[in-house]
Amino acid sequence: MLSVTPDTAIAVPASVIAAGFSPVADESRAINGTVGDITVADPRMTARNVNVYYGDKLAINNVSLDIGKNEVVAMIGPSGCGKSTFLRCLNRMNDTIDICRVEGEIRLDEQDIYDSSLDVVPLRAQVGMVFQKPNPFPKSIYDNVAYGPRIHGLTSSKSELDDIVEESLLKAGLWDEVKDRLDETGTGLSGGQQQRLCIARTIAVAPEVILMDEPCSALDPIATARVEELIDELREQYTIAIVTHSMQQAARVSQRTAYFHLGELVEVGKTDDIFTNPRHRLTEDYITGRFG
Amino acid sequence: MSKQEQIRTMDRVNATLKQRYGRERRFRRFGFFAVLLGLTFVGLMFLSIISKGYSAFQQTRILMDIEFTESIIDPAGEREYAVLSSANYAGLIKQSLRALYPEVKGRKEKRELYAIVSNGAPLVLREKVLADPALIGTRTQLWLPADDDIDMLIKGHIDRTVPESERRIKDNVVAWIEKLEADQKIEKFFNLTFLTGGDSREPELAGIGGAVMGSLYTLIITLLLSFPMGVAAAVYLEEFAPRNRWTDLVEVNINNLAAVPSIVFGLLGLAVFINFFGLPRSAPLVGGMVLTLMTLPTIIIASRAALKAVPPSIREAALGVGASKMQAVFHHVLPLSMPGMLTGTIIGMAQALGETAPLLMIGMVAFIVDIPGGAMDPATVLPVQIFLWADSPERAFMEKTSAAIMVLLGFLIVMNVLAVILRKRFERRW
Repeated sequence: MLSVTPDTAIAVPASVIAAGFSPVADESRAINGTVGDITVADPRMTARNVNVYYGDKLAINNVSLDIGKNEVVAMIGPSGCGKSTFLRCLNRMNDTIDICRVEGEIRLDEQDIYDSSLDVVPLRAQVGMVFQKPNPFPKSIYDNVAYGPRIHGLTSSKSELDDIVEESLLKAGLWDEVKDRLDETGTGLSGGQQQRLCIARTIAVAPEVILMDEPCSALDPIATARVEELIDELREQYTIAIVTHSMQQAARVSQRTAYFHLGELVEVGKTDDIFTNPRHRLTEDYITGRFG
Repeated sequence: MSKQEQIRTMDRVNATLKQRYGRERRFRRFGFFAVLLGLTFVGLMFLSIISKGYSAFQQTRILMDIEFTESIIDPAGEREYAVLSSANYAGLIKQSLRALYPEVKGRKEKRELYAIVSNGAPLVLREKVLADPALIGTRTQLWLPADDDIDMLIKGHIDRTVPESERRIKDNVVAWIEKLEADQKIEKFFNLTFLTGGDSREPELAGIGGAVMGSLYTLIITLLLSFPMGVAAAVYLEEFAPRNRWTDLVEVNINNLAAVPSIVFGLLGLAVFINFFGLPRSAPLVGGMVLTLMTLPTIIIASRAALKAVPPSIREAALGVGASKMQAVFHHVLPLSMPGMLTGTIIGMAQALGETAPLLMIGMVAFIVDIPGGAMDPATVLPVQIFLWADSPERAFMEKTSAAIMVLLGFLIVMNVLAVILRKRFERRW
């Protein structure tokens, strides 16, 4: 069952608490109190029983989830529900936070990524990340995209690097807009262009999984539409996990949706099912806009 | 809300409005007054220093008819270096002065006459002869530096109208000088010696060249030691060190060190660098090491602030594509924080340039005539030179002191302007 400690009880109206968090009508609960099937046929990443602590505070409680090959998994939920924290566990970005501690097991293919012998540098090359706020390096557009291939030594010649840069920018749908000004600084682009530049930078190292942490929250609707289109195209080659605050976006871009609430994974399932027929009351309340 | 109540609210607002604006006006006036007061004192300081010091950039010289008599310089006629370099050039000057004032007789009066020309004048003749021995046997007119008392008289710092007993120069000497003035044989020239010469007991020969070189060597040592160490320490503490009570302790102590009186660093340098490691006294090397201790906290604090100002999103971006921590720091964070670090370093260097107390402790206060040729030579620095001259009794050193302060302030202003330019030039917004 869901446990709510008083200090984490944010954005939960009294009516919800009064309802006792009981699932709507549920028998087929999988593991860990999550409604729906957390597994997929061919998983790329598997997380099992993940707990994350910030100091003494439990931020993620016993979350298990598979992310399948060539699918887009959307993670939704109210602010502070732990969806970003969970996403950042998938490429060990939480290592940069001193007080953050991760328990449980997360595997990329068969490799345990929290194994003490695992090097995070190749892991992050395999599991790329796009952040909430566009964060291009204050360098040229070319250097932004070429940075990853350069540090990993992916290319042996300048022309090869040029090809990677062009290909990445093409995939990110930015090539036509910037091909004549590759030496201009990346921070001079518009917000939407910057975010696509960041996506190009991420795919330039040919990752297997791309994590996106609210990639469109700083963008206007037109730029958002471009990025969403892009996510759909990228799905053919990559596995994508995306955190989003916009339920419409989750519905548009993802195949599976996971609903997080107060650090727990409440429900997961096919996106269509979640939005048309949620099985857990919290999910239903959230997607119908009763809170969140 | 009814209309009645609305009107009452407006009345209340209007009643306090005047008071609120009054407060703002008062605050602005206080601020303006404070800035004005500060500027006034800065202006007064500059005015006082410049009005006292500008005359030191001029030097009084006397036009003299010098006969390079062979029998006085080189009686043997062999033009040997040893003979030429130790010849009695003062005799040539005395001979010329006697010819100029044939009426002067008596030992005492002659001594007074010889004293109107600087002790350094024979050295000028020596240089000339050593450079061109063919001068011997010829006659030339040369502008030779006057004694500092004469210099003061010409510059008006000694009043000719007061009774003889109340001034340093006697009436007969004043009469000789007036004769020179009438013949236009005494003039003020630009004082190159002041900028290039070393220190001297004779004010007319004293220059800041030695002190400037000493300051330069000291600052180079300070920069070479403190910049890499300070930046490395800041990067380690900010980017790599774990946050625990030990790093907290280190941080507190760095902040404490920045507040330690500088003379304590001088004593430390004396005890450790000179007494324990046996490094030479008065050397810019030791001075630079001591000033490094003093400057390091400033640089570390400024560098950490510069690193903190780099948004974490840049680090995440680099780590996100698989850069190692080291690569993220050295490829992205460090270049972005470098302008801030350089600004802090320049300000630290400016502090070090003006520092006196710790250098007194390690013997850089010695009277050193030679211009230092390296970091191991005995040297003094500009602020210590100012301190030494301010302590000297001669009237002529007063203007030298002010002039040296002008030069020091000039350097400081240049450094601070450089810091501001750097900050403006590389300022970045995200």
